Amino acid sequence: MTGRPAVVGVAELAPVRDTGDATELSLSATIGTAALADAGFAPGDVDGLLTHPMDTLARLVPSTLAEYMGLGLSYGDSVDLGGASAVGMLWRAAAAIEAGMCSVCLCVTAVPRSSGQTGGGPTRRAVDRSPYREFEVPYGNIGATEGYAMIAMRYQHEYGDTAVARARIAVAQRENAAGHPKAFFSGKPLTVEDVMASELIADPLRKLDSVMPTGGAAAVVVARADIARAARQAAVPILGAGEAITHKTITYAPSMTDTAIRASADRAFAAAGIGRGQVGLASLYDCYTSTVLLTLEDAGFCPKGGAAAFVDAHDLTWRGDFPLNTHGGQLSFGQADVAGGMSHVTEAVLQLQRRAEGRQVRDLEFVFVNGNGGIMSEQASVVLGVAR
Amino acid sequence: MPHPSPLTEPFWAACRRRELMVQRCEACGVLAFYPRSTCPVCGSTALAWQPVSGRGSLYTFTVARRPTHRRLAGRVPYVIAVVELDEGPHLTSTVVDVDVDALRIGARLVVDFEQHPLDDDTDITIPVFRVDD
Repeated sequence: MTGRPAVVGVAELAPVRDTGDATELSLSATIGTAALADAGFAPGDVDGLLTHPMDTLARLVPSTLAEYMGLGLSYGDSVDLGGASAVGMLWRAAAAIEAGMCSVCLCVTAVPRSSGQTGGGPTRRAVDRSPYREFEVPYGNIGATEGYAMIAMRYQHEYGDTAVARARIAVAQRENAAGHPKAFFSGKPLTVEDVMASELIADPLRKLDSVMPTGGAAAVVVARADIARAARQAAVPILGAGEAITHKTITYAPSMTDTAIRASADRAFAAAGIGRGQVGLASLYDCYTSTVLLTLEDAGFCPKGGAAAFVDAHDLTWRGDFPLNTHGGQLSFGQADVAGGMSHVTEAVLQLQRRAEGRQVRDLEFVFVNGNGGIMSEQASVVLGVAR
Repeated sequence: MPHPSPLTEPFWAACRRRELMVQRCEACGVLAFYPRSTCPVCGSTALAWQPVSGRGSLYTFTVARRPTHRRLAGRVPYVIAVVELDEGPHLTSTVVDVDVDALRIGARLVVDFEQHPLDDDTDITIPVFRVDD
C-alpha cells in the first residue's frame, strides 16, 4: 500500500438543545451509518471502530457499539481525551491502519442531551476519591468555565487585556456560521459590543466568550489509501498528527499560559512536513474565545503574547486572509461535548473535499485541526490535506 | 466536601489543628501538593509531611458570578483561586472576606481555616486564604 490513510466520509447531526429519545448508542449508530454511506461504504466494509466513554456506558464501549451496529472488528477502542478525543481518533485510526490492525476505521462521537439539563455535558458519576473531588470541588473549581477563566486572568496579567480580541473571535466565527445551515447560531449576527456587554460569568469570561452546550453527533470514516481511492468522496489524507497531555486540573499545569498545544502541534507539523504559512484553514477547538488566543500562539501561528494583535490584523472569516473555524466554531455551531470536538474535523474534511457550500475557502491545500480536552489538559493536533 | 482517604488524612488532620502541611520527597527534596503515593518529580515513595508557612501569593483567580455548586450558592460572588505558597507548591483555594472587584494577581495571602459539617454528622476543616495586609 502507498499513501497515507485518509478520511473518506463524514456525517454530522445539527446540534440541538434536546435530542429527545435518542440514546448514546442509537445516536452513534445513526451517525456512524451515515458517515459510511457518505463514503459509499457498507457496515460490512468496516473492520475498525473508535468510540468514547459514555455517561451510561463507561466500559466495554467498542464491543457494545459494534454489536449494536452489526460490525465485525479486527480493531476497536474507546478514546478518552475529552474534547481532544475526535482528533485523537484520527491519529489512532491512521496508526492502526498503518500497523495493519484494520483497513477501514469508523470514528464515532455521540452525546445526547435533554433540554431540562443544566450546564454542559452529561451528569458525571457521583462519589469518587479523586484528587479533583477532594481538593477542587470544595472550592467550586468544578466546571470548565472556572478553569478557563483562571487561565484567561493569568494570561491578561502577563500579556495585557484581551477583551476586544476575544470578542472579535466570537464575532468572526458567528459570521462564518451564517454560511453553515447546521450551525445553531446561523443567521444570528453578533457585534463586538454584544459580546463585551454579555453577562459576566467568571471573570474575565462572559457568556458570549463561552460555548452553549447542545446534544449532537458526528462521525468520520478513515480508510487505507488504496481503499480510500475507491470511495465515493475525495480522500483527505491524514498527513501528520501529535498529542500532548500535561495535567488534568489547571492548578497543577506546568504553565497556565504556555500550553501543551505547542508540543502537540509541533509533532503534527513535523510529521506532515509543512509550515504554518501553508495552512489555509485553522480549525481550532474553541470552548472559549480565550482558548483560541492560546491556540493561535502555541500552535505557532503568532508569537507568545501576540494573539490579540494577530486577531486585529487578520480577517478570520471564510473569505478572509486567515480563515478560522469556518463552521462557526463550537461557539456558534454548538458544543455537543465530544461530538463538538469532531465538528472541527468534519468541517476540515468538507472544506478539503470542496463541499463547504456557502463558506468554501478557495485554493485550500492544508488544514490544521486542534482538539483540546479538559482544562487545556489533553491536546491533539492533526494536519489534513488534499489527495495528490 | 472532601472525604479523606488514609493517604490524605494527615493533611486534613493538620487542618483541624489549623496547620497547613504538604508532602516533601525524602529522595529529591521537592515539596508537592496534592497528597500522592509517589513523588511527581522523581517517583520515590518516600514522602514525609512537612508544615508550611501558610503564606503565599495569588497566582491567578476568577470570580464565580453564578454558583458552580449548590453548596456555594449563598456565597456568590466568590473567588476561586490558585495560590502559590511561598515554599513553591500551587493549590486551589478561595480568598474570603475580600472585595472581589479589587482583588489582583500577586496579592499577598495568608491561610485561614473553615470548619464545615459533613452529611454523616462529622465535620471537616478546609484551608482558605485571606489578603495579608
